[in-house]
Amino acid sequence: MLLSALTGISQWTIPLLLLLVPLYGFCKKVPVYEAFVAGAEEGFSTAVKIIPFLAGMMIAISVFRASGAMDYLALLLDPLTARIGAPSEILPLAIMRPLSGSGVLGMAAELMRIYGPDSFIGRLASVMQGTTDTTFFVLTVYFGSVGIKKYRYAVVTGLTADITGFLASLYICNLLFR
Amino acid sequence: MLNVIWLLLLTAGIVIAAVNGNIEVVTEAALGAAQGAVKVCFDLIGVMALWLGIMKIAEQGGLIASLAKLVRPVMVRIFPSIPAEHPAMGAIILNISANMLGLGNAATPMGMKAMQEMQLLNKGSEEASEAMCTFLALNTSCITLLPATIIGVRLSFGSANPTEIVGPCIFATCTAMVIAMSLDWWFRKKSRWGVKG
Repeated sequence: MLLSALTGISQWTIPLLLLLVPLYGFCKKVPVYEAFVAGAEEGFSTAVKIIPFLAGMMIAISVFRASGAMDYLALLLDPLTARIGAPSEILPLAIMRPLSGSGVLGMAAELMRIYGPDSFIGRLASVMQGTTDTTFFVLTVYFGSVGIKKYRYAVVTGLTADITGFLASLYICNLLFR
Repeated sequence: MLNVIWLLLLTAGIVIAAVNGNIEVVTEAALGAAQGAVKVCFDLIGVMALWLGIMKIAEQGGLIASLAKLVRPVMVRIFPSIPAEHPAMGAIILNISANMLGLGNAATPMGMKAMQEMQLLNKGSEEASEAMCTFLALNTSCITLLPATIIGVRLSFGSANPTEIVGPCIFATCTAMVIAMSLDWWFRKKSRWGVKG
């Protein structure tokens, strides 16, 4: 019931926006097509502008992951996180969460394939995937699009949000699904 | 901070690949990622064009300004450095709403639009403004009411109750958001006292 209501919302939002905004603009005497094209033109330059930022970030993350360094970090952290009720299998996912959105989705799917979506690991992986955003993607894309090079404390804030999200997911899953 | 993280990711990866005797994966991963970045950005061009086009219509019709006015009481508290009537407020609200509805591909262009507006207030500096840091804190910890992707994955692996994770997700994200916003507030105060953040 709730699910169908929510999927209904997500299916209808975009078509409704595409209908209502131009209609509203037309009523307000906006030259709708010309305005659209003018806006769309900015899209191109902004997307191109983030390439160097995204390339820099993705190269470092990809080397870190492919070399196996990430697995070592997980191994290193395992004794610590085991104490707070985190299964070892979930650690690589927690480390990847702020770094790569598609990477994490792949890892979550893999865990669900092995352990099943309704196992503790499967549920925890799902909650972690649905909690917080990919901090480094958000930082590079948003700051990159306006040419900001000094991120100041935004990195610390974003990473703290990720760690909090991980701990909160762990807490709530241990509470509800154990 | 970011310089250190970037360097650590890269050097740790290369050193460990060398120790493990599979140094060839480094070249492959680096080149692949560089090409991947371009692909991501090119895929983004179309989506960006669509949403920034629609947003331009909304902007010229005055819709974004009215939206900004509507949420003004809350927004001036979260973003004290942005003038109440500034178009950045409208763009921020659109971005947050799109994020909450799980419309990731609409959220990104709207977020960039918000950043551009804030960069005008930042006078084109290369250093992030306070408002930008707050915006990113809000964004990285934003609530998704319907994490559609992961529900889809759960469904495809035959979960008996694919949506049972929605409540826990909302709990975890809210916790993360409260912590992120508090930390951001604390950093902002600290940098006002003259300590480098």
